[in-house]
Parts: sequence; C-alpha cells; structure tokens
Amino acid sequence: MSEETHAQEILDTEPTHHEEHIVGPRVYGIIFGLLMLFTAITVGASYIDMYAFNAVVALAIACIKAVLVILFFMHVKYSSRLTKLTVAAGFFTFVVLITMTMTDYISRAWGLW
Amino acid sequence: MDSQVIATHPEEHAEHEHSPYLRHHFANLEQQRETSTFGMWLFLLTEIMFFGGLFCAYLIYRNWYYPAFVAGSHQLSIALGATNTAVLICSSFTMAMAVYSSEMRWRKALVGWLLATIVLGGVFLGIKAVEYREKWEKRHVPGLNFSAAGFTHQDPNYPEDKPLAPDMAEKTQVYFSLYFAMTGMHALHMIIGVSILIILVIRAWGGAYTQGHMTTVENFGLYWHFVDIVWIFLFPLLYLISRHQ
Repeated sequence: MSEETHAQEILDTEPTHHEEHIVGPRVYGIIFGLLMLFTAITVGASYIDMYAFNAVVALAIACIKAVLVILFFMHVKYSSRLTKLTVAAGFFTFVVLITMTMTDYISRAWGLW
Repeated sequence: MDSQVIATHPEEHAEHEHSPYLRHHFANLEQQRETSTFGMWLFLLTEIMFFGGLFCAYLIYRNWYYPAFVAGSHQLSIALGATNTAVLICSSFTMAMAVYSSEMRWRKALVGWLLATIVLGGVFLGIKAVEYREKWEKRHVPGLNFSAAGFTHQDPNYPEDKPLAPDMAEKTQVYFSLYFAMTGMHALHMIIGVSILIILVIRAWGGAYTQGHMTTVENFGLYWHFVDIVWIFLFPLLYLISRHQ
C-alpha cells in the first residue's frame, strides 16, 4: 500500500470535527434555558422606567441572546477557524457599514443647527 | 488526492469511492462539509446585511419621528410578542435537537424533532396572523387600510401619553410600514423555512440524513437559527423599547 493511499484512508475515516465535538442535549438545554431567562428579563426590564437606558438594556440582552445562539446552536464555538473567521469578518463588515452610514447621517447638517 | 495520483492508481482511487454522498470534486467528506458550511455562512451574511439595512432604517426614522414611533409601538401586544419569542426559541431548541439526532443517526427522533419544529413554526405564524388581523381591524395598515384618527386622541391604555398632533399622527405610517416590512420579511423567511422543513421530514423519514450525511440538516439548522436571531432583535426594537417613552 502506497503512502498516499494510506494518507487518504486516514482522511476518509478520520472523524469530522462535529463527531469530535457533538454538541449534546445538555448544552442545548442549558442554552435554551438561558435564552428563555433572558427573554423574561428583557420583558421585565421593559416595564421598569430607565429613561434612555431601556433601549440600551434591551439591545444588550438581544446581543447576548444572539451570541448564545451563534456560538452554541449554530456550533460556531466548535467550528473550524475558517468558519469562525467567516462569521467574524461578516459581522465586522456589517458594523463598518452601519457605522459609516450613521456617521454620514449625523454629520450631514453638522454646524447648521 | 491530486490528479496525478488518481491517474497512476486508478484502482486504489476507485475503492475510496465508498461514500455515495461525497461529490466527486471534493477530496474527502471533511472538505465537502467545510465547504458547504462556509457557503451557508456566506449566504447568511448577505441576509444579515439585508435585515441590517432594515434595522438601520428603523433606527434613523425612529430618531426622526420619535413620538409617532412610540405611539405606534404602544399598539403592539407585548404578551403576544413575548409568546412568539418563546415559541421561536423553543423551535430553535427542537431544531438543534434535530441536528443532534441526525448526528446520532436516530431516524425516528430526527423526524420527531423536525415535526416539532414545523409545529412551532406554524404556531409562530399563527400568532403573527392574529396580530396582523388586529392591525387590519384597527386600521393600522399603511397604504391599504390606514387611519391616523386613533393617534390624535388619548389612548386609555397609556394615560401618560399625550395625543399626537395631526402631522405627527400621520407619521405613525412610517412606523407601521417598517413594522410590516420587517416582520413581513421575517415571516416570509419562516414560511420558506417551514416549506423546506416539510421536504426535510419526508426525506428524513426515508433515512436520507441518518446514514452519515447530515450536512443538509445542519445547514438548514443554521438558517433556522438565523431567522430566530432576527426575531431576537425585532422583538425588543418593535415591542419593548418604547414602552416608557
């Protein structure tokens, strides 16, 4: 048996990254519980008058929930570097686009008020 | 394995063609899986840009017509919105369990979790339909059935709210336009998702995803969780943050 064939056999039978880290019901259950908890917190917080901070708190909780979903339900925590980099680069680009749009928006009438 | 190796060892190459779901242009299953996950994430990133544009519009118009957005937001039911959030989180959990069942090669469990996801998706859309119906009855649908009359009077549910001036009351249409655009696009994604789920259940019943090939179920799971994330942001922005303004 040649070297290449042997290497190929290892590649074919090597467990995939998911089989190495199959995310089990326990992790899903914990994340599910946390998401429900944060939903209850965000609804409860909306009934407390925090002036300008209602929006900040609500969005911060939404971001925490989104990160939980991305990392665990969407397996990014257990994924390859390629996937992690893709997701991170995408969100970075998104933030850049929003920031530049908002920068343009707030500076249109700069000095005119 | 490069082409030279294939050319010089054709019979050895042939014996590695054992996976019926390994496409010819991939070196091995790991590479095939990695490629499809990468492609799925690129698609989801375009979706993030799409919904992000809507969120950006919402942010800017809320800043412009703040009293109208507050008054419009007060017309939504937090109870229905919170219920729908819980339903969608449950459906994300059932979808995650479906992916797990696929990995563990449990055919009946996979079909069961996928069916549960369909049911929860249907419940979400049903509650959304109830909300849309209420909007229609209150004449809050811009372009089709809109009346600003309700906003120029005192709202008994929010006694601290001042009635809006007639021009600002008209601007509640901007709020409801964005409400329907955002929840409507989200609901469309849900409808597409449920449709794909029905196909997945039929194929899963035949054992398509429990014999080692689960990439389709996994990538659909990514889509379903993404739709969940969009709602995680829609719920506070549309329903919650204006409650005390």
